[in-house]
Amino acid sequence: MIVLRRLATALPVIAGVIVVTFLLTRALPGDPAVYFAGPAATEQAIEEIRHRLGFDRTLPVQFFDYLQRLAHGDLGTSLTTGQPVTTELLTRLPASAELMLLALFLSVAIAVPLGIAAAMRPGSPVDHACRIITTAGVSLPTFFTGLLLVYVFYYLLGVAPAPLGRLDVFDSAPPQHSGFYLIDSLLAGDFETFRAALAQLVLPAATMAIFTLAPLARITRAAMLGALGSEFIRTARASGLARHRVVFVYAFRNAVLPVITTLGMVFSFMLGANVLVEKVFAWPGLGSYAVEALIASDYAPVQGFVLMMALLYVLLNLVIDLVYGLVDPRVRLEA
Amino acid sequence: MRRRDFLKRTAAAAAGTFAAAHVLPARAQAHKDTLLTLSEGGPNNLDVMGVGTNRPGYEASWNTYDRLVTYGVKKDADGNDHYDSAKIAPELAESWDLGDMSVTFKLRKDAKFHDGTPVTAKDVKWSFDRAVTVGGAPTFQMAAGSMQKPEQFVAVDDYTFRIDFLRKDKLTLPDLTVPSAAVINSELAKKHATDKDPWAMDWLKNNEAGGGAFKIEKWTPGQELIYQRFDEWKSGPVPKIQRVIWRIVPSAGNRRALLERGDADISVDLPPKDVAEMANDKKLTVVGSLIESALIYLSMNVKIPPFDKVKVRQAVAYAIPYQKIMDAAMFGRGKPMFGGPSEVTTTDWPQPTPYVTDLAKAKQLLAEAGLPGGFETTLSFDLGYAVTQEPLCILVQESLSQIGITVTLNKVPGANWRAEFSKKTLPLLANVFGAWLDYPEYFFYWNYHGQNSLFNDMSYQNPAMDKLIDAARFETDPKKYDEEVEGFITTAFADVPRIPLFQPWLDVAMQKNVTGYRYWFHRQLDYRQLAKT
Repeated sequence: MIVLRRLATALPVIAGVIVVTFLLTRALPGDPAVYFAGPAATEQAIEEIRHRLGFDRTLPVQFFDYLQRLAHGDLGTSLTTGQPVTTELLTRLPASAELMLLALFLSVAIAVPLGIAAAMRPGSPVDHACRIITTAGVSLPTFFTGLLLVYVFYYLLGVAPAPLGRLDVFDSAPPQHSGFYLIDSLLAGDFETFRAALAQLVLPAATMAIFTLAPLARITRAAMLGALGSEFIRTARASGLARHRVVFVYAFRNAVLPVITTLGMVFSFMLGANVLVEKVFAWPGLGSYAVEALIASDYAPVQGFVLMMALLYVLLNLVIDLVYGLVDPRVRLEA
Repeated sequence: MRRRDFLKRTAAAAAGTFAAAHVLPARAQAHKDTLLTLSEGGPNNLDVMGVGTNRPGYEASWNTYDRLVTYGVKKDADGNDHYDSAKIAPELAESWDLGDMSVTFKLRKDAKFHDGTPVTAKDVKWSFDRAVTVGGAPTFQMAAGSMQKPEQFVAVDDYTFRIDFLRKDKLTLPDLTVPSAAVINSELAKKHATDKDPWAMDWLKNNEAGGGAFKIEKWTPGQELIYQRFDEWKSGPVPKIQRVIWRIVPSAGNRRALLERGDADISVDLPPKDVAEMANDKKLTVVGSLIESALIYLSMNVKIPPFDKVKVRQAVAYAIPYQKIMDAAMFGRGKPMFGGPSEVTTTDWPQPTPYVTDLAKAKQLLAEAGLPGGFETTLSFDLGYAVTQEPLCILVQESLSQIGITVTLNKVPGANWRAEFSKKTLPLLANVFGAWLDYPEYFFYWNYHGQNSLFNDMSYQNPAMDKLIDAARFETDPKKYDEEVEGFITTAFADVPRIPLFQPWLDVAMQKNVTGYRYWFHRQLDYRQLAKT
């Protein structure tokens, strides 16, 4: 019930997104008919294409048409790739999701312990290391980190595989179940493909992890500092509780709430950073799809992408709210 | 698991992951008959007659469909293969008989489509009917060779096909070599046609129904296209490559890294700086071919003052830092189109203008035009070509400021460029034009003629020049033709509404063991002659 009610509040948001993306894509400076008519087309050819794409009709008519199709789950057809947007978004989503989840896992696995360690010994070398890593992480643009990693690990050292997307050209994808190559290859018992897919994932995931590490490590450190300085920790220490119990059970449990909030934010950063990382690594995900469509003023995929992102955000916020309730009994969803 | 064990195992797993990568070059060795090619973008449509089919789409069509005729081959100045526009060669047609008002083709009897159906004259007719009917690029391309109506195409019998002429046009036969004149398996396509879609546009967009040297094995739009050789191909020598994998790698730096590491065989769409460096390195083969009938230029809109004054235009032409542009923006990957002889003595196009960088003369001309203090203007360029156009425009801006002309740069995003420049309200712009059919009068018809086509971005109208262009298009006397062509080129240089800068190169980089690269007018790769040794 609670979940449903929370979802219902998202409806106006989604309706707003539909209207705004429709209007925004129409307000883009480019002209898709001219773009797709090609460099040698005449005025007449352009008009013919405009008519065939339906862009010669008035905006309300186009919008109504769009809504009607949307109701049937049809997001239109991309002009850049020539394929239905719905199918393309669904086939590309697992590629982006696999990359982002692995990056998030990497980033949490490094940032949280680092933040805790820094908070426990402020001013120590660990704390300075944490500061340096977080500063570097936020200051380096992701496309630069990506290119740098490719240059060092692929071009100079030759230890990383070629940045050619999810699999090497001579490997074939595992049978499709989840769309996540790591999971699908394990399901098929194909460890060769699993290793190949993981090898392809390492550099792009590391690029994203470096970018997202900073806010997580910083917030963990700050929250832990706050928690460790509070009176109940002093009491716990005075009562002679084991150090790890004090730190992990009492301090960290209290410090984890802001970390979860940041995690939600970081995830949304990643959706943005994704675009550049996917471009650098020729990753067949959502980000690269959207940016190519945007360059070509290709309305349908842009609208579809924004809509999908809006839905993901709504889901993400819901999950974070639910996790909040699990972690902290003081937070009640009814409130 | 103890922490130390965990760390050890993670490290071992990571090392294992990377070790797997080491094996890859070895496996690539085993795939010697496979060619891996890279480009920035991929096809959006497998059907060359589709709505808005892009350039990579032409490449897919070129290699999977046959045409009636094609061009022969010659060597360019550097000894590389280059299509020969002077020699029309057989492809699906074994021979042809050029009559006065028609041309009759004899089709080869052993040619088959990929599904095994024989190629017959009715397939050719269906394909050409489709090209002149569906509208858009194919219809306009066919019209360039005076092919406009389905009634012109006659299937005389299974292996004889005739085209009746609307008028005598020297471009009719050349126009049958272009990608738009592909021959489609009509029976297969018709199975997928509907009442709403009689030409099977929807089906042919994602499916190929050709008889060309390669079949499509798998297409993942925006990611890759895999071709398999068609072993029954009869329209030429069977290709040496068995499989072609075409991967889309958007980052130019990575395309270069993949080539230099030896993981990819061929890459196109390379920035001039990378090409210049790779050519110096000599680890790879870099082939640069001059793009025929193509120019990178600056246009001044003669309808917008002060560019309505010839002397102002000439002043600008003398104030362009030509050599600096060649060195710093193009890294030498272009043919200079400046500093030529003062008189036009050949019909070659493009050819160098007599202009050189001479700021004193520019200042003097500007003073004679009544603008000794200079003026302010905007220089627009297409961000889609920013790699070369941006440094070029900055150099022009810097140089023009020395004769008192203050230039503001206007960067126009790629999707918006055509819309912007077709309005013809940009006073000064940098642009590029290239034509498929390499004839000076064809170039001038689109770019300088008073009909004011989209590409006449200077809004230039000169009835005397129009007369020469129109005459040259249908001229039969070679001597008169030379006079007419030299006439309109002379006027274009003297009036200088447009300042030619240089002729661009088409650069392709490949591994040393790749041979048989051939330059084509459509500027896409032809896999049929390529080989890996």
